[in-house]
Amino acid sequence: MQLTVWTYEGPPHVGAMRVATAMKGLHYVLHAPQGDTYADLLFTMIERRNARPPVTYTTFQARDLGGDTAQLFKSAAAEAYERFKPEAMIVGASCTAELIQDDPSGLARALNLPIPVIPLDLPSYQKKENWGAAETFYQIVRTLAPKRDTAHTPGARKRCNILGPTALGFRHRDDLAEIRRLLARLGIEVNVVAPLGASPADIARMPDADFNVVLYPEIADVAARWLERTHGQKFTRVIPIGENATREFIEEVAALAGIDATAVLSDPDSRLPWWSRSVDSNYLTGKRVFIFGDATHAIAAARVAAEELGFEVVGLGTYAREFAREVRTAAEKLGLTALVTDDYLEVEAAIAALQPELVLGTQMERHIAKRLGIGCAVISAPAHVQDYPARFSPQMGFEGANVLFDTWVHPLVMGLEEHLLAMFRDDFEFNDAAGASHLAAHQTAPPIPQAPTASEILWSKEAEAELTKIPFFVRGKARRNAERFAAEQGLATIQIETLYDAKSHFAR
Amino acid sequence: MTTPAPSAGCESNALPVLRERGQREVFCGLTGIVWLHRKIQDAFFLVVGSRTCAHLIQSAAGVMVFAEPRFGTAIMEEKDLAGLADANEELDRVVDRLLARRPDIKLLFLVGSCPSEVIKLDLSRAAQRLSTKHMPQVRVLNYSGSGIETTFTQGEDACLAALVPEAPEADDRTSPSLLVVGALPDIVEDQFHRLFAELGIAHVDFFPPRRAGNIPAIGPNTRMLVAQPFLGDTARAIEARGAKRLGALFPFGAEGTTAWLKAAADAWGVSELDFRRVVAPHRERAKRALARSRETLAGRSIFFFPDSQLEPPLARFLSEELGMRALEIGTPYLNRDLLEAEMKRLPEGARLSEGQDVEKQLDRCRAERPDLVVCGLGLANPLEAEGMTTKWSIELVFSPVHGFDQAGDLAALFARPFARRAALKV
Repeated sequence: MQLTVWTYEGPPHVGAMRVATAMKGLHYVLHAPQGDTYADLLFTMIERRNARPPVTYTTFQARDLGGDTAQLFKSAAAEAYERFKPEAMIVGASCTAELIQDDPSGLARALNLPIPVIPLDLPSYQKKENWGAAETFYQIVRTLAPKRDTAHTPGARKRCNILGPTALGFRHRDDLAEIRRLLARLGIEVNVVAPLGASPADIARMPDADFNVVLYPEIADVAARWLERTHGQKFTRVIPIGENATREFIEEVAALAGIDATAVLSDPDSRLPWWSRSVDSNYLTGKRVFIFGDATHAIAAARVAAEELGFEVVGLGTYAREFAREVRTAAEKLGLTALVTDDYLEVEAAIAALQPELVLGTQMERHIAKRLGIGCAVISAPAHVQDYPARFSPQMGFEGANVLFDTWVHPLVMGLEEHLLAMFRDDFEFNDAAGASHLAAHQTAPPIPQAPTASEILWSKEAEAELTKIPFFVRGKARRNAERFAAEQGLATIQIETLYDAKSHFAR
Repeated sequence: MTTPAPSAGCESNALPVLRERGQREVFCGLTGIVWLHRKIQDAFFLVVGSRTCAHLIQSAAGVMVFAEPRFGTAIMEEKDLAGLADANEELDRVVDRLLARRPDIKLLFLVGSCPSEVIKLDLSRAAQRLSTKHMPQVRVLNYSGSGIETTFTQGEDACLAALVPEAPEADDRTSPSLLVVGALPDIVEDQFHRLFAELGIAHVDFFPPRRAGNIPAIGPNTRMLVAQPFLGDTARAIEARGAKRLGALFPFGAEGTTAWLKAAADAWGVSELDFRRVVAPHRERAKRALARSRETLAGRSIFFFPDSQLEPPLARFLSEELGMRALEIGTPYLNRDLLEAEMKRLPEGARLSEGQDVEKQLDRCRAERPDLVVCGLGLANPLEAEGMTTKWSIELVFSPVHGFDQAGDLAALFARPFARRAALKV
């Protein structure tokens, strides 16, 4: 038993739902107790989908357990076929149905439906959401795109499939658009995108492609390996998140397609490199950042943070145990030990101990960071409704790199403001605790009562005039600093020089 | 999924009931934890279940404050299923860890789930064992919020029913006390407190209490007003302790609230004149607050998908006080005892349905094209995309809606979707 406050991943059948909901013409019949229909709202509310997920739940109750839940499953599957007329069906059990052992696979087979019925075996007490999505996608591909007798003959124009995007994925919609654009510029044709938008008939066409582009290994890695073994389709390993990875991805794709990518590489529309080199970005240097998410996004974020923004990565971790090895390797390269856990409380403890200046994480880390008063940007699922933006906001490709620059820099205190904070760090309305001034959401710290000014110290006329040149929001602090400095130094009168001596003294 | 024909005429004094079985698009009883854990401030709710249970609660609570909540899930794993002895040991370990982390907790609920019920993990014995171990610092109780036994608000019923035996015995020689049953927002409790005081009913307790140590005494001199229509088991458990239930409409809207208060006033022998003197100003204020929404809602048709069991009293309120026309009043479960007064006031011509076959219900809804559909979060956006106007029902259990001073707010919840439609020019 594991004590959990919040979970990073849902159960494996939610992963299967993400695949089914992404596809067209596929229906999922899920043996599940009343209440498991909550999962619909993930799609209709968090992702704002305008249609119900294509899922029929048996929603059995206690009174059914004494009777025939198997019959309930059969009638639900038969009715779902009649009503929705899908091209193919996936069938399986949620955690409770797994315990009553009704064998949805055998029951569905007994119905002799005139469509492919794909049984899913998703062990709910061992596995989680991403594993369930990967397994579901793999089973669908394997069933609907079996080995062919004749080998695929490449056409004049190279074709690829894009594998991985699902419903409820973090920015999958926009990543896909960006990668499609990139492939079009390279002159590569997209054969099938799956699961997102694919029908069972499209899945059957997947072997027509020359190679596969894998965007999210958590979901597509198993299927891609099977396609390589069965249909000889090689697949991409580089995840195009960040400027450098996007360039490597283009080179990798070009090599797979046997084309020349020089033109695309020499004219990238990425602004990240210049934005990072721009002098105002100096203040980003060495910002301490903690990174946590699924493996793909966490590893990519660590590279972008270190190489392309000049941050110092002080922590790197993942909840995706299936990809722990990859994350550990990435962490070791940065001289770190990866945090591999799905215990939210452990992640919180790690962040609290490291006191980073920025957290890049999931919606869980956003809340941790908020509690600890640290800036945060979301880089990975699980995400909440605000991370499904209306605007185009990819993470992948050159435009994705632009987006990363903007969203990661935004939560930080900006350069010049930071200097002022260092100088007047005790100012009651302008201090570290009040947060960055461009972030309206930050609460202003409660005002600290002012100490009475040292009235015995005199200000020279010149110094008084100089003081008025200091911006109003820091003038009070400058006055007090100067008086404090004068008192400490035993000076009776504050001259212009005293003001600057004080500034130098307190700007440590 | 067989659908019996509508069993017409089974209600002697009310509408025929359409009973359906099929896919139920409803939450399970665990969802009640989302508000219960805020109501009882020193209680913790530990679900003994699966990853699905944990995922459900955090998805349902996804919009809530993200401070460390006073609920969690002990997620069962493969090895817990293999041997129940180990599962019990594991549970003890998890509870020890939890209580060490949260020394502020005085009352711990072990909440049963579908998987814990199916493997027959005996949580009542576990609760006894853990209570013995952790008393007097922490009392441990249990109830089931599983989907195989409870629908959404029935979770609160199961929780409160489990709390009833903890109530001290009231001395039967004392003067009568009033017990208001149902988790209400604090502000609503305070308003009712003032109204009862004005009526001369001094001794009023609310159940559940805000703190675990303040469970009100129950005895033969307890008079009970139930504030929510889904608390059948709790009401029966309290009656079994000798308390008497005061049957009434539920306190939604000016009429419902008046009738609900009147039941208490009558039991306390408050004169008609005094009752009117006290209640009239509040009632008038409520009616004034309803006027604006009435302009929007009068004459519009409404279709309820089953959700919280609040549907029958809300349909009564919306038809009587706001002039809406109910087409279908779907409820997951029709609690006939508690709804006795409500059933007589349900609008004529409406279809009352109990249980659900969501596909067939959607067919009816699409055929009838109601002006407003009240439904859960899974259905709302898809129906909006089909051009219907919807009101998500979960808001009705997450907002203060009881009593005179919330009547206007309650009506406004139904009027807002129309106002939004009218405002949007995109």
